[in-house]
Amino acid sequence: MLNYIWFGMIIIGFVIGIMNGRIETVTKAAIDSAQKAVELSIGLLGIMCLWTGLMGIAEKSGLVQYIARIVRPILRFLFPDIPKKHPALGAVVMNLVANFLGLGNAATPLGLKAMSEMQKLNTTKNTATDAMCMFLVLNTSAIQLIPATVIAIRQTSNSSNPTEVIGTIWVASACATIAGIVAVKLFMASAKERVR
Amino acid sequence: MEIIRSLSVYAIPAVFLVILSTGLYRNVKVYDVFVDGAREGITTIIRILPPLVGLLVAIGVFRASGALDMLIYAVKPVASLLGIPSEAMPLVFLRPISGSASLALVSDIIKTYGPDSFVGRVVSTMMGSTETIFYTLTIYFGSAGIKNIRYTLIAALFADAVSVIVSVWICTLVFG
Repeated sequence: MLNYIWFGMIIIGFVIGIMNGRIETVTKAAIDSAQKAVELSIGLLGIMCLWTGLMGIAEKSGLVQYIARIVRPILRFLFPDIPKKHPALGAVVMNLVANFLGLGNAATPLGLKAMSEMQKLNTTKNTATDAMCMFLVLNTSAIQLIPATVIAIRQTSNSSNPTEVIGTIWVASACATIAGIVAVKLFMASAKERVR
Repeated sequence: MEIIRSLSVYAIPAVFLVILSTGLYRNVKVYDVFVDGAREGITTIIRILPPLVGLLVAIGVFRASGALDMLIYAVKPVASLLGIPSEAMPLVFLRPISGSASLALVSDIIKTYGPDSFVGRVVSTMMGSTETIFYTLTIYFGSAGIKNIRYTLIAALFADAVSVIVSVWICTLVFG
């Protein structure tokens, strides 16, 4: 999909640029933007290193496992179909905690493991289970403790207060997560109704 | 709304404090582990540089030609109906599709309108509170060999829509 969007933006840009008589500005923008991408990446470098470094300590010290143990009971409510001692639940919890802490590199393998464990509980192999749907909706709407990339972009653009959006981000993603959970639970209930 | 503002102020110091003291308590060589972890940050940035070049060029061309302004003008009725600043509308569509493209778009919007403008704060909040839905679903369901994803996409897009609406609402409330 991104292939078409990218192609479309560039072609439409040049065509409309010619129509508006701005072709020189457009050409200049293309070259300047490539330069800007490098500046942006370098601007993001410092805070990214700071963050991944700090998260490395969180991982090594067992903080991730500790948080996972605390939130496990809540997740039992969200995943009633996964048996209590099943490894799927552990992988799900660890993935969501890693996502919460912004440990992108650690989160993906844990998420893939969670999916393959849930697939073992699946009786209809090519159709998603309710637990899988819940897991992915949580995964795509989940709260991030410190939105490091957003802060970095704001900081490189000389914001007077780059971190002022942390609170608003928490509120917005908490509402999204709750909305996602409610939606999945409603779909689950109506699916069970249909089976009956 | 004072609470939300102080949450933003104390979040980072609290994270530092908790992570460092847990590390020390568990006998982790905090500085050495930090340096090793920080090296990972370089890999992350190097990985996003090529897509960022491609996408910022596309957005730059699109904006300089006047096409972006035309698009923003075209979606204005829908945007004002939903109470979303129309400059933020392109992000609403791009966010579920591609993470790096929305990163490029957010940085472009913030550069154009300023990080401390209302639009700048709204797109920052939107960017931080949603995920790349299509990418995540493709990777995870693909890896498990699931063909029928049932209601997952609808529920995920619904959560995404809620985060967009709430982003605008909470920014109006906090930053006015």
